Order: sequence, then structure tokens, then C-alpha cells
Amino acid sequence: MADSVSNIPLHHDDGDGHREHDHPEAGFWRQYIFSTDHKVIGIQYGLTALCFMLFGFFLMLLMRWQMAHPGQPVPVFGWLLEKTLGQVAARGAMSADLYNSFGAMHGTIMVFLAIVPLAFVAFSNFVLPLQIGAPDMAFPRLNMASYQAFVLGGVIMLTSFFIPGGAAQAGWTSYSPLATMIPTDGQIFWLVAMVFIITSGLLSAVNFIATVIQLRAPGMTWMRLPFFVWAQFVTSFLILLAFPPLEAAAVMQLMDKVAHTSFFLPTGLAVGGQYANISGGGSPLLWQHLFWFLGHPEVYVLILPAMGIVCEIIANNTRKPIWGYKSLVYSVLALGFLSFLVWAHHMYLTGMGTKVALFFQTTTMIISIPSVIILTCFLISLWGSSIRFNTPMLFALGFLPMFGIGGLTGLPLGFNISDVHLHDTYYIIAHFHYVVAPGTIFALFAGIYYWFPKMTGRMMNEFWGRVHFWGSLIFMNVVFMPMFAQGMAGMLRRMADGGANYSSAVNSKAGAEVIGGLSNNIIELHTWILWGACLLGVVQIPFIINLFWSIKHGKKVDSDNPWDATTLEWQTATPPPHTNFPEAPQVFRGPYEYSVPGHARDFTPQNEPPK
Amino acid sequence: MDFPYIVEPRRDTGLYNAKLGIWLFLASEVMLFGALFSAYVLLRVGAEPGMWPHGWLNVYIGTANTIVLITSSITTVMAWVSCKLRQYGRFKFFHALTILLAMTFVCIKSYEYHDKFTHYEITLANGKFADGHLVERSKDFDLAKQTGSVTIHGYEVEREVELMDMQRPEARHIQREEIIIPAAEIKKLERYGPWHHTYLAIYFTLTALHALHVVCGAVVIGFLWGPGSRMWKTDPERFTNRVEVSGLFWHFVDLIWIFLFPVLYLL
Repeated sequence: MADSVSNIPLHHDDGDGHREHDHPEAGFWRQYIFSTDHKVIGIQYGLTALCFMLFGFFLMLLMRWQMAHPGQPVPVFGWLLEKTLGQVAARGAMSADLYNSFGAMHGTIMVFLAIVPLAFVAFSNFVLPLQIGAPDMAFPRLNMASYQAFVLGGVIMLTSFFIPGGAAQAGWTSYSPLATMIPTDGQIFWLVAMVFIITSGLLSAVNFIATVIQLRAPGMTWMRLPFFVWAQFVTSFLILLAFPPLEAAAVMQLMDKVAHTSFFLPTGLAVGGQYANISGGGSPLLWQHLFWFLGHPEVYVLILPAMGIVCEIIANNTRKPIWGYKSLVYSVLALGFLSFLVWAHHMYLTGMGTKVALFFQTTTMIISIPSVIILTCFLISLWGSSIRFNTPMLFALGFLPMFGIGGLTGLPLGFNISDVHLHDTYYIIAHFHYVVAPGTIFALFAGIYYWFPKMTGRMMNEFWGRVHFWGSLIFMNVVFMPMFAQGMAGMLRRMADGGANYSSAVNSKAGAEVIGGLSNNIIELHTWILWGACLLGVVQIPFIINLFWSIKHGKKVDSDNPWDATTLEWQTATPPPHTNFPEAPQVFRGPYEYSVPGHARDFTPQNEPPK
Repeated sequence: MDFPYIVEPRRDTGLYNAKLGIWLFLASEVMLFGALFSAYVLLRVGAEPGMWPHGWLNVYIGTANTIVLITSSITTVMAWVSCKLRQYGRFKFFHALTILLAMTFVCIKSYEYHDKFTHYEITLANGKFADGHLVERSKDFDLAKQTGSVTIHGYEVEREVELMDMQRPEARHIQREEIIIPAAEIKKLERYGPWHHTYLAIYFTLTALHALHVVCGAVVIGFLWGPGSRMWKTDPERFTNRVEVSGLFWHFVDLIWIFLFPVLYLL
């Protein structure tokens, strides 16, 4: 820290005088495990979430094997499955129950334990206070508590794999009465873990909103905030207001499980051919409403931070002001508001009524407008600029068409007529994975490559970064593009045999006359997807090595601002000291003053005094 | 770089950090309870005709508890005002009252819970229903083996729907007496727990969550009253802020009850 403080060009004269105020070196535990420093917590969140992401990916690989080769022993890992999980993985092959629980846990882990903590909490923890010129988050200890609740929730979630009956099996949506009636306590673990994870998200959301409102540096007016801050600010509100209903729903489903209430269990419910011993009178639709009241804003929780990251990187590497900053801000606010009004478009097939469906179809079409505005602003920003193609920029550029595909394929799902055909098929799997996997995750990779030098003082390797990008781009599409075809051919999701039961071949062999069965071509796409997924895993290896190797051996940055950026996080030491800035920075201008005519350099930092 | 707005408010928002934080937290709490209230609405609207209960709770006890909580809100304000006036003794006095009132509330609530858990609805073999509080259960009572008997203080009705509306005028004149029911005549015996009816399910969930808030609030106020009050000597302004923030939470908990009481007891 000492030698890097003297590196700052702008605060050079502050030099030694301020280091006396720094806190004395804390011990290992206080500094890295029970830290209240937002930067350490951000990195903790980031690494934990990346581990969860890798684990969720691994679950998916096993499921892809099962779909391509139903009932055959899993190669390489089969013995491990049998050894750790027992009967459900007899002979090293996945049973349908195990497939179901992997499916539920893949979704849950990826959404709640990987993407949200990484995109929202990790990035805004590290970057947001720096970008607004704050000394830390508004409530540092709450921040630490948030991380601890998150880890606890994650541990409970993972533990559920090893209990008798196994982990939750009712999908990440946990629809009742299915979720309540499956005879495993995994659902209880799932619910308790969710309560912890939601609590952690709420603590973070309160913290971010308070930080943005209270701790902006002098001169950092609302319209001078980097777009990343705006995106995370809106995301925080989504978490703050949409997560509690799911918490309430989780409490009620927990009551259904342990206190045998009937919140979501209808009168006359029969299980296994017998009437269930319940009071009845509950409403399965109630769970779906409460779940999707979270679930849809959650989609924007996944995508808005990604848009924020992409915006920073595009502005920095096109060396021009972002096009339409105000449109971006108003669009993201509109998105945040509208995302609370579209939830039931996940429920067109529940029989909630056509009038209700019409309302939600309309709001769903309206919400696509601000999304398109945001993407258009990014595209127009590229026009006529001399783009620097470094790894973060490649990933940011990759985000645009991938998110575009994901977004546009969502339109047929938003219309309730076309949704009748596409609902619960592989089409929808392809759609939301295009939004989140090559979409959001590309933006997260971009962010990691972009802010890594600020965290460590070293660059990540550029060559392997490019290998990572091109490999990921190709194999992401190999994995997800065929699913559109499968879905339109009518292949349903959540089938442990990958649809073999509905194939023309299997059924005509059994002597049945088949109309509209799944053709061999459609079924065989599973093999392509399996290989694509395996190779997608292989091209992540350079990234993992690059990430850890570069901490010690990467190329050292030659200044605190290696990307020649304008925003405040680059105007302090590398890595930033405790309390970030020697003194509160004074902000004089907007966030994207690149290539201002008449200036010597092609970027003007937000805190550079006007001449 | 110093940490700003811990004690003094920021000029453009007029708030210090913790005050904004608690308001945001309360916003999320509104959504939490809001979801449960909307669950109440959906369950009630979806109930079969005549099968949504009325008057299962004792309005007098509920009213008493409402008064207890409102009084505690007053003492909370007084405690904060005393801090503002720099009258430490009065702060101690008023918040001691707040904690006592919180404990009173929880005690009355647990009495009500106890009342529900000793209240039985018994489906009889002859198709009738017996309903009342358990007096005693014979030592050899076993429903599966059909031995022994239970004694309840209650009454019998022909149809289950007659047990639902206890606010109707005839319900006032029900004669309750001790009834001994042999196990052989019992088809099903169920306590008025959350599993008995979705009304009780939402009642127990809402009030237990609310009681949890009462306990947590009382713990925080207890901390400020006890060990946390040392800050009074070093930084009275910041301590007053803490009293204010915990008070805002307490008022919110109070407000939730103001909604719970009519919804669960009166409607």
C-alpha cells in the first residue's frame, strides 16, 4: 500500500501525511474473513460466487450427460456420485430423482448463489463506493453480516445434497403442492437457506441505497453518477421490494412443510391415490404469484448490473462519451418500475384468466421498450469510434448480440398466444440462458478483466483472455442455439430422459402410431449440446488459471489508471487503501468526458479541477 | 477520509445514515407483511362459502394488547424526547416501561396461543362435531387402540359449518358443559393449531412473525437501555440517534399490529 500511495498522480502531494490516519494493520481474521472493508467483502463475495457458479455448471454437465445418454453411468464422476449420494446414483448413473434435484439446485445456485451475489453484491461492493467517492459503504458491519448470512445460506443449501431423500427436487421455482408433497426434507433446507440468502440480499440492498443517497462525494450530483451506479441503485430497489414477498412465501411454504398448514394446498388434494391429511382451502396460485412477484424483478436484478458494467467498459474503450446518458438513466428507472408489473406473464398457462393475461401481456410489451433503448444507446455509442479491442471490451461487445438474442426471443413468450406453444419447452430454457449466460455472465467476465488491475495492481493476461472470450462465445452458442429448435419441436424441459419417452423412434418401436413425436434429429442435438458444454468448461480453465496466476505474476500496472478512465475508482491508489481516498474527492463533471476537444489527454477524470 | 453523516444529517436529504437505513429496511418490511396480508385476502376470498371463521379470537384480549402496544409507542417517543432534552433519568424510566409493556404483550399473546392449543375440534363417529377446551385426558387414552376417553368443556353441533361463525347472535347463547367422549366414538381429534384451518394458519404465521418483531425490538431497546447506554457519556447525540432509529422500528411493529388487530379479530 505504501508504495502505491505515492503512485497517485492527483493526490501525490498528500503523500505521507494521511497514512497516520490509516487504521493499524489488522490481523488475518479481521482483514480477510471478518472484514468490514467494502473492497474485501466485494472480493469475498466475488470468489464465493464464482465457486458456486463453477459448482452449478458442474451439476449442469452431469445433467447434460443424462439427457444425451439417459440411464447410462456418468463417466469419470459416476463413482463419486455413487459414493457420496448413495442409492440415487446406483452404478454411477443418475436416477430421475437425482436429475430433478440437480435441476432444482442448478437453477437455485446459479440465480441466488452465483449471479446475484457476483453481479449485484460483489461488483457494487467493490466498485460502487469508489465510483461515488465514498470512504466505505454506509453500514460496514451490516455489510459483513450480509456476507455471513449469504455463506450460511449457501452452506445450508449445499448440505441438503447429503440428507436422506436428497436436495429439493421441485425446480428452482418450487411450485406447491409438488414442492410440499415430495417426500424429502431437502425442500425444508431449501426454504431455510432461501430465508438466509434473502436476508443477506436485503441487508446489501439497504446498504447500497443508503450509500448512494448519503455518501456521494461533493459535486457528485445525480446526473454525474456513472451509469453503473444508476444500474446498481435501481437493482437495489428491486431487491429491497421484491425479495420480501418471496421471504413471506418461503415462510408459508415452510409452515406447510413443518406445521402442516395448507397455505398452498387446495381442498381435495390427493397424493399417491389418497386424500392428503390436510385442512385444505389453500391456493397453489398464491405461491406462483408470490414467487413471480420476486421472480420477474429478479430477472432485472440479473441483467441491470450487467448493463451497468458493459456501459462503463464501452465508454472507456470507445473513448467517447456514452451516447444518450440521460436516456439510459430514465430507461433504467422505467425498467425498475415496470418490472414490478409483469410477473404474471410467467403464469399464462395457470388458468388465472384471459383478462389478467391480457394486462400482463401489455405491460410485458411495454417493458421491452426501455430495454431496447438501453441496448440501442450502447450500439450507437460504438458508431464512429476507434474501439480498443482488449479482453474486457471483447466481452462487453459479445454481451450486446447475445443479450439481443435473449431479449428478442423473449417477445414470443410475452404474447400469451405464442406462449401456449412455447411454455415449459426448451425454447424458454434457451431464451433465458441467452439473457443470463452469454449475456450477464459475459458482462461479469468483462467486469472482472476490467477491474482486476484496480483490485490487485496487475493486469490479467491478454492472450489467454482472448482465448477465453472466443472459446466461450463459440461454445455458449453451440450449447444454447440448438435448444431453440428443440423447444419449437415441442421438447419439454425438466425431463430426466431428455425427451426420449416422446421420441418418434421409441414410440413406433413400441408399436404406437406416432403423431408429432420428437424426431431423431431433435433428440440427437443433445449430443452436440453435451460436447459444447464440456468444451465450454474446458475454455474456462485458462480463465481460472489466469485469475489466480495474475494476482502474483501478471504484468504490473504502470499507473493507477491503466485504462485511462474518467470515473473516480481509477483516481485513487491501487489497490485502494482503507477508506479509499485520502480526502473526499471534489467532482466537477459527468462520468464520461472522453476525447473532449481542446484537452491534452483524451480523458478528463471527474475530479480534475477545471483549468 | 472521515466517515460522514453518522451523527449530523446530510444537507440535501436531511437524514443521517442510520435513519435512512431504517426507513429503507421498513420499506422491505412493508413488502414482507404486505405479501402475508395479500395471502390472507386470497385465502379468505377463496374459502368455501360459510367456511371462513369469524369470532374465533377474544376481542377483549386483543383490545387489551392493542392498548399495551400503543402505550409502549408513547413511552418510546417519551424516551427519545427525554434524550433530546438531555434527561437521562427520564429516558431510563420511559424505556424501562417500554420493555415491560413489550413483555406484557408477549405474555398476553402466549396466553392466547395456549388457549388455541388446548382447544379441540372432535369429529365424532356419528357424524356430529364436538368442540371445546380440553379438561382432561384419561391415562389410558389412545385413539388408535380406541381405549380411554377425553373430557372437554364445550358443546356439540350437527354440522361443521356451525363452528365457523361465532359472531352470530345465536352463538352467544351456546351452553358449554363438560362432555366426556370415549375414544371409540372419536373419528378425528384436532387442536386449533395452524394445521386446523387456513385462517389459523395465517393467524399463527402473521402473529408469530409480529411477535418475533416485538421480541427483537425489545432486545434492541433493552440493549440501548442496558449496556448500550454507555454511549450516553461519550457521544449523547449519536446515542439519541440510536434511540430514534430503534424507536422508528418500534412504531412500525406497533403499526403492523394496528392492521393485524382488525383483520384477524374483528373482520
